Amino acid sequence: MNALLVTPPSNTDTREATAVARPARLRVPALQPGIVLAAAFALLLLAALVAPGLIAPADPYAVDPANAFQPPGPAHLFGTDQSGRDEFSRILWGARQSLWVGVLATAIGVLGGLVLGLVAGLGGKIADAVTSRFIDVLFAFPGLLLALVLIVVLGRGIGPTAVAVGIGSIPGYARILRGQVLQVQQSGYVEASRALGWSPARRLVATVIPNTMRPLLAMVTLGIGQAVVWASALGFLGLGAEPPTAEWGTMLADGRSYIQVAWWIAFFPGLVITLTALSATAIGRHLQTRFEPKGDR
Amino acid sequence: MTLQATAPAPAAVRAETTDSAPRPAAGVAGRVLGALAGALVVLWAVATLTFFLLRLIPGDPVLLILGTSGSPSAAVVAATRAAFGLDQPVLVQYLHFLAGAAHGDFGISYQLKVPVTQVIGEQLLATVQLVILAVVLAWALSLAITVPTAGRRPLVERTARTVEIVLASLPQFWIGIMLLVVLAIGLGWFPVAGGDGLAGLFLPALTLAIPIAGFLSQVMRESFETALKQPFVTSARARGAGEARVRLGHALRHALLPGVTLTGWAVGSLFSGAVVVEVIFARPGIGRVLLSAVLSRDIPVVLGVVVVIAAVYVVVNAIVDILYPIIDPRLASR
Repeated sequence: MNALLVTPPSNTDTREATAVARPARLRVPALQPGIVLAAAFALLLLAALVAPGLIAPADPYAVDPANAFQPPGPAHLFGTDQSGRDEFSRILWGARQSLWVGVLATAIGVLGGLVLGLVAGLGGKIADAVTSRFIDVLFAFPGLLLALVLIVVLGRGIGPTAVAVGIGSIPGYARILRGQVLQVQQSGYVEASRALGWSPARRLVATVIPNTMRPLLAMVTLGIGQAVVWASALGFLGLGAEPPTAEWGTMLADGRSYIQVAWWIAFFPGLVITLTALSATAIGRHLQTRFEPKGDR
Repeated sequence: MTLQATAPAPAAVRAETTDSAPRPAAGVAGRVLGALAGALVVLWAVATLTFFLLRLIPGDPVLLILGTSGSPSAAVVAATRAAFGLDQPVLVQYLHFLAGAAHGDFGISYQLKVPVTQVIGEQLLATVQLVILAVVLAWALSLAITVPTAGRRPLVERTARTVEIVLASLPQFWIGIMLLVVLAIGLGWFPVAGGDGLAGLFLPALTLAIPIAGFLSQVMRESFETALKQPFVTSARARGAGEARVRLGHALRHALLPGVTLTGWAVGSLFSGAVVVEVIFARPGIGRVLLSAVLSRDIPVVLGVVVVIAAVYVVVNAIVDILYPIIDPRLASR
């Protein structure tokens, strides 16, 4: 790992580093069949996100009391809910709400984390100490706690959910990115750019930020999965989208009320959330092993 | 933690911490004091941050207390404002809150009109029981997954790793509902809602434990495998120790350290995960208290619960810090 730090990250050298790490990766193939399934599921979600109307067999909001609580079958793939709405269609349309919240929240989290990480990593000893303490304090709001406090301030709804989950995820990103900035700072190529007499601003934009962001793709993928789960948890608690909206967490909460008569109302939204989280984890880890040779999982 | 101070601890501190540090050795007193001081600073910062965040709620807090129905007279509004100290400048309110919180007094609930301490006190035990059982179950599960499978044939390893990733990705709200559907409604082994004693506690605790067990096994597997490659394992094998003896008697101890660190983190997140689980299983607890306070913008209750959960988090992590050198004596001499 130290040897890697000294090598400049020109394209050829990164390739070499990956090549060196490859045997380790082959020894432990991380979920190889899993990654294919995960990618397939991600594509399916993407399709639902872009054109739910093309796949969905029914209107997600069409109430049909005569067909309430229909179990899964050929007419309704995932059954119907208490108002006779088609669950499968609602889940497809719900992808839009849930994934949008996940993406927005992750963007907020990464940006906030990047600001804190850069301040801590580049601002000198005192800035680092202060920022690190601040990150520690944010960590003392475990799990959903920070998001819940923010919901008190922002009110309920899908927008506040995205902001609350995003800010709630800042400490995690900040801690990783701070470490990344510090590591990049000590690397040979930053030293080289210093020796070349580049201005601090040029050094920051040309070397520090791009190399700090190198694990970003993997991080964002993992993050979106986590954010979708958190947003669904808030939706489940009744803090997210308003009831008629097709949103996975809110649908799950509906399902909780009818669990004794219709298990499918809660089962399918939860299954989709779980599969989203799982495929995000599988894809994210795959990217991690591809682009970060040191993490030989 | 490199503090080597040998100053004798004041009797009060020692009395408080003897249960967390079973084998007091030289330097323990200093370490305990350092960890406690750090914990207090973080706790103060959490309380302060939350206090000022909750100031940002738009609108007049008095209306939150009186409720939105009807239009209360000016006299009632003024009287309520004075009764809850909301007529004071913000800084005075803040200092008043800090002074109160230091004595475990978080003011009066806006909705329930009873002291916050009483509200939390009535519900805390239910959540504490839930979290303790969840931690025990998470450890049992992850030891059962890791100890027999770490460092085995690739097929066994890969399967175990996949199981761990899946466990860690399962959202609690879904596991909870599925456990209810299968074990409570389908098979009738457990009560569907509420339930007294262990029967009512088991499913909610298992729900909390499953994802934590996934994370725990992942970190423990890593250090377990490193330990299995160490010379002391080879020498134990050379002395004729069986596989079980090597794993349980020699390697396991090295896998515990990251597990203990993660448990410190997990206990905090279990307390906030309790919100979801208590809703699913219709159980009392501070999670439910927090949720209804969030929904009704009951500021003093939100503040109180946040401080309590953060306190649990920092105290457990301070205990983990203190326990480190006891679990791994090599760290004490550094």
